Amino acid sequence: MKANCWMGRNTVEVRETPDPKILNSRDAIVRITSTAICGSDLHLLDGYVPTMKKGDVLGHEFMGEVVDVGPSVPNLRIGDRVVVPFPIACGYCTACAHEMFSLCENSNPNAGLAERFMGHSPAGVFGFSHMLGGYPGGQAEYARVPFADVGPIKIDNGLPDEKVLFLSDILPTGWMGAEMCDIKPGDVIAVWGAGPVGQFAVASAYLMGAHRVIAIDRFPYRLEIAERAGAETINYEEVDVQEALLDMTAGRGPDACIDAVGMEAHYPNPAMYAYDRTKQAARMETDRPYVLREAIMACRNGGIVSVIGVYAGFLDKFPMGSLMNRSLTLRTGQCHVQRYLRPLLRRIENGEIDPSFVITHRLPLSDAARGYDLFKNKLDGCNKVVLSA
Amino acid sequence: MSDTHDPMADRLAHMLGWAGVALGAMQVAAPRVVARVIGVDDSPAARATVPLAGMRNLLHAETLLRGRKHSVGLWSRLAGDAADVTSLSAAMARRTGKRRRRVAAVTGVVLAVTAADVYAVLRARRSRQRVAGKEQGEARGVMSVRAAITVRRPRPEVYEFWHDFENFPRFMVHVDSVDMSDGQTHWRVRGPAGRAVEWDAAIVEDRRDELIAWSSSKSSLVPNSGSVRFDDAPGGRGTEVRVNLRYHLPGGRMAAAIARLLGEHPDQQVQDDLRRFKQVMETGEVVRSEGSPEGTRALRQALQRRAQPVA
Repeated sequence: MKANCWMGRNTVEVRETPDPKILNSRDAIVRITSTAICGSDLHLLDGYVPTMKKGDVLGHEFMGEVVDVGPSVPNLRIGDRVVVPFPIACGYCTACAHEMFSLCENSNPNAGLAERFMGHSPAGVFGFSHMLGGYPGGQAEYARVPFADVGPIKIDNGLPDEKVLFLSDILPTGWMGAEMCDIKPGDVIAVWGAGPVGQFAVASAYLMGAHRVIAIDRFPYRLEIAERAGAETINYEEVDVQEALLDMTAGRGPDACIDAVGMEAHYPNPAMYAYDRTKQAARMETDRPYVLREAIMACRNGGIVSVIGVYAGFLDKFPMGSLMNRSLTLRTGQCHVQRYLRPLLRRIENGEIDPSFVITHRLPLSDAARGYDLFKNKLDGCNKVVLSA
Repeated sequence: MSDTHDPMADRLAHMLGWAGVALGAMQVAAPRVVARVIGVDDSPAARATVPLAGMRNLLHAETLLRGRKHSVGLWSRLAGDAADVTSLSAAMARRTGKRRRRVAAVTGVVLAVTAADVYAVLRARRSRQRVAGKEQGEARGVMSVRAAITVRRPRPEVYEFWHDFENFPRFMVHVDSVDMSDGQTHWRVRGPAGRAVEWDAAIVEDRRDELIAWSSSKSSLVPNSGSVRFDDAPGGRGTEVRVNLRYHLPGGRMAAAIARLLGEHPDQQVQDDLRRFKQVMETGEVVRSEGSPEGTRALRQALQRRAQPVA
């Protein structure tokens, strides 16, 4: 089959690989119809996630048609249409029993590697480094889906791919980012990063009853999409974020701040940017935490900082004093996608949300490298790339 | 693993260390005086070696006085002693009269110090063996490994599964088979570098839902014993499984070091076995990825396949 492979820093290439085979009795093989490039794939592309290997198949947002099932997948039949959540979860361990699917205790065969980097291991993830399992991803014609009796959600309502594809990651991730804010009437929510996840966080926060949602980015076309989802916007290249937020909230600060940017933030402050960029390039810190610092400083006393942007390792100059002295709550996590699949599918079916508004580019799988370039360099108004096999 | 120490070995190492500081300082500060005392002040080459030997002595002293692991310092001191005795014998052979007597006397002193060093090395080694062996009479090469995991299954079920040793190959990657009959077990295991090893082991203790202990027969090539304890995890979190293994590798410490080099770190190995045990108990089988098609395994984690479908 054809698959988009990571071939070293800044290089992806569609190559011929073997077809996947069933390795476990709870596996299914899916013929992929649609797959997307995620912002977190850019962290892999840029080489900031350790334990990648040349030739690894990328991609963790995908859906398709079941073409084979192992003997222990009673819920799926050949021909079923499914969306596959990006965290691989067994559905039984203590983490899964508490619906913390991205912390599944059994799905990462390389847990020992992850423990070295993080103390304990999270769940395995499709196409996301060897310390998260060494599973091939879904930017391919076919993928093996472990624990297919737990993860994939069947789509039998005839909804087109582009309305349900983002159930695999970014819609529930944005949703969880807003959910972690414990939104109450009158709450003002600030969202750093008006990419697709930030845009979904904006939409979700409104669905949860937020009074105002403020999106922060530097690309006007992305801020426009957030605006269409109802957000007020701040372009951090034009105004000082802290000042603007204080002004908009009459000095209180946002009740909750969502970091939908993560480890490769851009900064308006060139000196600060140079400092973290240099340390990151020298691998003295893996993450550039400008947004996290700013979100903490901006949040109102006693507020919540919700981190859904991906961080990989270690970072510097963390404003712990601000966090501690002002009774802030820091909530984080890779999305527990399986928890949100059914409720969000229902909302899509009811027409409460149509996630396809984030898509700007539809390309064939064979054009994956161009898709990465457009998406990474924000060319041609690129917001979200969907590849079809 | 805890580290117990022999205070006598520590004191001796410290004494040797401080003596080294004194001698080394003298050799560095006043090489001519030292050369005269030794009786080699007639040779420029010998005069030049004195401060070098002094620096060596200071270096050894530093290793001995810092840190708790004296063996490195002691061994290198022994090497230094050997070099001293060699050069002193050469010096003695080339000299006569008063100088020869002085060199001889110094050689005697160096030999005495060498004896003290040898004693210190032996003492430090014995104390180390006690740490590794823990029990009396155990020689080197005994490895003791511990690992623990929490399994979300009721204790009787976890005990039951482990109690059937024939299940071991399902989660112990090195075990090819275990045959059981009346409390006796026969193990077939792949050792480092794929060598097959077999042994018989008897179940020596069996407390239902609590503990199973086994021990290999005296004649086995790899004498080993093990125990597994089962406790309720608090708050309905399942069962805490704690494994203790001890084995006596043929080839002793060398074999253990080679095994480590091959990525087969014993602690990691047992932890991996337990992870697979948990996978089998909780999900029904060992979980495989394309990067690790054999499932959890330290060796494979160090040398991943790329994340592409297995051909």
